[in-house]
Amino acid sequence: MLTIIAESSGNTLHVVTSQLVTVARKIDEDIQIICPAGIGSEVAATLSGVTRVTSLLGESFNYFDGRAWADSINSAISEKTTTIIAPATPQGREVAAMIAAKRKIPIIQDAIALESGIEVTRAIYSGKAIERVSAPQECVITVRPNVYESVAEGNSAPINIVNFSSDVRISIKEAIAKASKRLDVSEADIIISGGRGMGSIDNFSELESIADMLDAAVGASRAVVDEWGMSHSMQVGQTGKTVTPSLYIAVGISGAIQHLAGMRSSKYIVAINKDPDAPIFNVADYGIVSSWEEALPVLREELSKL
Amino acid sequence: MGIFKDVFTFRKFGNNMNIVVLLKQVPDTTAKISVSSGAVDQDSVTKWSMSPYDEYALEAALKLKNITNGSLIALTCGPARSSKMLTDAAAVGADNLIHIVHEGYLDSMQIQSLLTAAIVKLDGEVILCGKQAADTNSGSTGPGISELLEAGCVTHVTEVSFEDGEFSAVRLSSSGSEKVVISSPCVFAFDKGLNELRRPNVRGIMMAKKKEIISFSPEDLGISISDSKVQIISHAPPAEKAPGKKYEGASSIQTVIAKLRDEANVI
Repeated sequence: MLTIIAESSGNTLHVVTSQLVTVARKIDEDIQIICPAGIGSEVAATLSGVTRVTSLLGESFNYFDGRAWADSINSAISEKTTTIIAPATPQGREVAAMIAAKRKIPIIQDAIALESGIEVTRAIYSGKAIERVSAPQECVITVRPNVYESVAEGNSAPINIVNFSSDVRISIKEAIAKASKRLDVSEADIIISGGRGMGSIDNFSELESIADMLDAAVGASRAVVDEWGMSHSMQVGQTGKTVTPSLYIAVGISGAIQHLAGMRSSKYIVAINKDPDAPIFNVADYGIVSSWEEALPVLREELSKL
Repeated sequence: MGIFKDVFTFRKFGNNMNIVVLLKQVPDTTAKISVSSGAVDQDSVTKWSMSPYDEYALEAALKLKNITNGSLIALTCGPARSSKMLTDAAAVGADNLIHIVHEGYLDSMQIQSLLTAAIVKLDGEVILCGKQAADTNSGSTGPGISELLEAGCVTHVTEVSFEDGEFSAVRLSSSGSEKVVISSPCVFAFDKGLNELRRPNVRGIMMAKKKEIISFSPEDLGISISDSKVQIISHAPPAEKAPGKKYEGASSIQTVIAKLRDEANVI
């Protein structure tokens, strides 16, 4: 048996959970999904190929304490389970690492491809190289969101409700809301990012207005995050976020090796830069040699026609 | 015998705590990574540096040392070349330098058992590390050792402080950030913090050169490194994309939008 640790988004099942089922079916036919805090268990039961759902309840799921979550989730993993799969999200990765340590089995993080056997492909050096490893059946693997399609729905696997609360070590004193209500770059399907070529932080409003039209997130290069004091949560690249949206639009970003590492596996890349020799054009599907001042008004106008 | 003497050095005096920062030496983020005959060519790496997130952990550890009047132990596990990084850590204020020397590949379980054994031996109470290393990009070490040490764990931390016998930390969350409180023993895995690593002064550099690095082998720590169950099959350069199309001038945007809509289907 294989166990999937579900990811939630608010009060619903995160779509990555369904993508994990696609991966799981390559390895095992008997698939358990554990839904922490019970979130999304009914949707999880509809996912094609799932044999059982564990709706895991307990006070320790009120907020995130990795150790407490790992304890509870580990207790709900079927005794027949060999392979455990989790999403390569911040919480998923942490809990997965703890469960692997607890079980004294290897963990392989952030797989971008998986074959039975088990053979895992992953990016190393932030995407500057690709590694293939073989892992034993008994292991924990986290899988990068959006590299696999979701499975079909229509199943009705049995849901088992389990209560298991564990010791919590962290207490939350204060929640500090994000300054911006914008979509996070790690969540967005379309990202428009700006770099030093944007001239100043004030000009980012031009990117925001386009982001609003596309329901996109706004990203930034390390140079502008450091020099203009923008939020680190916007930073795409080796010391920022690695992103894989369907569409990445880079504006005024030259394409330093650290930036390319964070965005090169986006499905489609559009680069707008006035320097025809900028390295960003080497990874762009569509390169536009133009200043942002000229390009963005046209882009806005064309998008408004869609 | 030598080991027992070393252990004694790290016994706590009074209430001063032992702060352990885990550091890893990796190819500098500006370095080109080349692959030859199916493996990353380590010899071609021109510059090795402290992993960027570890720098934030080290800076926070130095601050914590000042607040608590504790001892800061810099701990690394890696090949002989990594000792230079420990000396760099001493130059900015690390008190004790510990190097678990091992050449070659270690899987997640092996690295975590080695570090855990060393932390127990060093009587470490609070452990700081980067959220992930810039080479493997895994991020398993901090959470994994917290499990093995039966310690609490806070990840994606940007700052940490100590007051009234408790640690408080700010961690990033999906909705912004949170201030959390936790008691020792605990592990803090750092994201990019607010403070860049301080630069060493000349005196610091000179003192650091004289600072002793205590080396442990896996056997010294009572851990035998057998063949890993995880085997690297191959390394490869990232897949080259088919060359894209390049257009001149803003007027080409109309064409690009049409392609994104009709061919790529992404808008």
